[in-house]
Amino acid sequence: MLKEKYKAEIEDILSRYPVRRSAVLPLLYMAQQEEGYVSETAMKEIAGILRLTPPQVYEVVTFYTMLHLKPIGKFHVQVCKSLMCALVGSDTLLAWLKARLGIGPGETTPDKLFTISTVECLASCGTGPMMQVNDDYYESITETKLDGILADLTRDGTSSLKSGPFMLPEPAGSQCKM
Amino acid sequence: MPKYEKILLKNMEIPGYTGSLADYERAGGYQALRKVLGKVPPAEVTDTVKKSGLRGRGGAGFPTGVKWGFLPKDYQGPKYLCCNADESEPGTFKDRQLIERDPHQIIEGILIACYAIGVKTAYLYIRGEFVLGAQILDRALAEARTAGYVGRDILGMGSSIDIWVHRGAGAYICGEETALLESLEGKRGLPRVKPPFPATHGLYNKPTVVNNVETLANLPHIMNRGAEWFAAIGSPPKSSGTRIFCVSGHVKRPGNFEVPMGITLRELIFEHAGGMRSDKPLKAIIPGGASAPFFTPEHLDVKLDFESVAQAGSMLGSGGVTVMEEGTSMVWAALRLMEFFYHESCGKCTPCREGSSWLVQTMRRIIDGRGRKSDLETLVELCQNIAGRTVCAFGDAEVAPIMSTLKYWRHEYEELIQQAAATEPVKLMMPAMAKH
Repeated sequence: MLKEKYKAEIEDILSRYPVRRSAVLPLLYMAQQEEGYVSETAMKEIAGILRLTPPQVYEVVTFYTMLHLKPIGKFHVQVCKSLMCALVGSDTLLAWLKARLGIGPGETTPDKLFTISTVECLASCGTGPMMQVNDDYYESITETKLDGILADLTRDGTSSLKSGPFMLPEPAGSQCKM
Repeated sequence: MPKYEKILLKNMEIPGYTGSLADYERAGGYQALRKVLGKVPPAEVTDTVKKSGLRGRGGAGFPTGVKWGFLPKDYQGPKYLCCNADESEPGTFKDRQLIERDPHQIIEGILIACYAIGVKTAYLYIRGEFVLGAQILDRALAEARTAGYVGRDILGMGSSIDIWVHRGAGAYICGEETALLESLEGKRGLPRVKPPFPATHGLYNKPTVVNNVETLANLPHIMNRGAEWFAAIGSPPKSSGTRIFCVSGHVKRPGNFEVPMGITLRELIFEHAGGMRSDKPLKAIIPGGASAPFFTPEHLDVKLDFESVAQAGSMLGSGGVTVMEEGTSMVWAALRLMEFFYHESCGKCTPCREGSSWLVQTMRRIIDGRGRKSDLETLVELCQNIAGRTVCAFGDAEVAPIMSTLKYWRHEYEELIQQAAATEPVKLMMPAMAKH
């Protein structure tokens, strides 16, 4: 239960808004972080905390694409397929992924490690093709870079190939990380 | 290549600049806030912004000071400011850079705006995918709170302003200001019917201003250097200041280029962005994000300011300039954008919800070699029944790719349909009966 585990955090979030309902997205994120998706139990609990009806929470979950009603793979690979990325090879990136993971958009590998989705513009149009894996952006992806990313993720759960604070054209000298 | 003085991207070009509070202060940060807070009357700040000619950088280009002026005078209850960091317009990636590289510049801008319009609580609505950006902003806000720039009794001058980061969760429409407010209220992000406008009935039904990240980031500089300085940059009187143009597509050097408004598309693409990536010539340009009608190479000398781009039949929009080379199918390009709009239609208005689905189906049919002679008429009819018939500007935006590619590259559509007609009899043959 969220309320017992994150009492202080929930209080802190609620204190930011004059109306409790505003906390619905932050609390849904909290629930998704906890379970990997938004469960019915979590929606009912959030409704209770915010004094809403469960459908009022459910209708929010179904509106926003980043909230999942079902469990997905450990790594959610989201490939931008909008025009700007498509111009520089997002379809090729999807083919590379298919060749390596054996799955296409909307599918999860049998070991539940990877789920692939196609998504619309992620605001990295100058650095396509690109994908977001869970919270991290990976940009200007080449075939070699993709191999590195997938190997890193499988081995370490993260990859140093992810993007740092964005700047394009890149400043002189190496990319600085905060 | 002509060199221009950068305003918004200046700090981040300092070698080793991390965007921390110390770095920002060293670069002159928070001087504008110190100069203004408690020393310049709020109404005078609004006047300065009006005189500067600053217009919204999110897409619509509404004069910022005028927008502030719509808030009811002498209103005693709570008012709100929302910083729109929901950057989702395909082709646009400037706010992301401003957020991740120089977050305090935005925070100082928000504080100045809040002071000018008497707001005590501001929300920074950032698109959900910008996890890194939200972390950087949270960290910067914590630094600013500790230093006394955000929170109670700022700098001991009696003003209290709080700023909270609020993450969206993947919905393009939440960049529309009233949808943003709905989302922030914990609802589905459906645009509201206007009027009433947010200035009187906004967040929680209270007077509210929504400003884009880049718009707010300009404020510290306007306060530091004056309205006249800003007003003289670019293409006065209607398009003052710089714009950060985000160049993507088939160019050698894609990226964010901050230049004074009024330079030509030719200069932006061929000098700043390094020209075409290969020897294939230029075929098409989208000058202001996915919602802006396409341009052809004949438009290369159009000046990049609000009026010139509008006069040429498109819009400056969010500053996302996408370049396409010869060999790119315009029907395919329009379909890709149409798929985006279909995916992102919020579903509130029937013409947009149903129309976008029909448009995608018709476009797919044409691309897949199943196009019919009547399809072009169908496309136009559908577009005409969407534009201007929806609650928000999304309806006008979604028809732009199809209408403009039909205008300039109609033959590409016709060729596909003619090819389909040639193969039609084969496709229409009845499948052989299965034998049991």
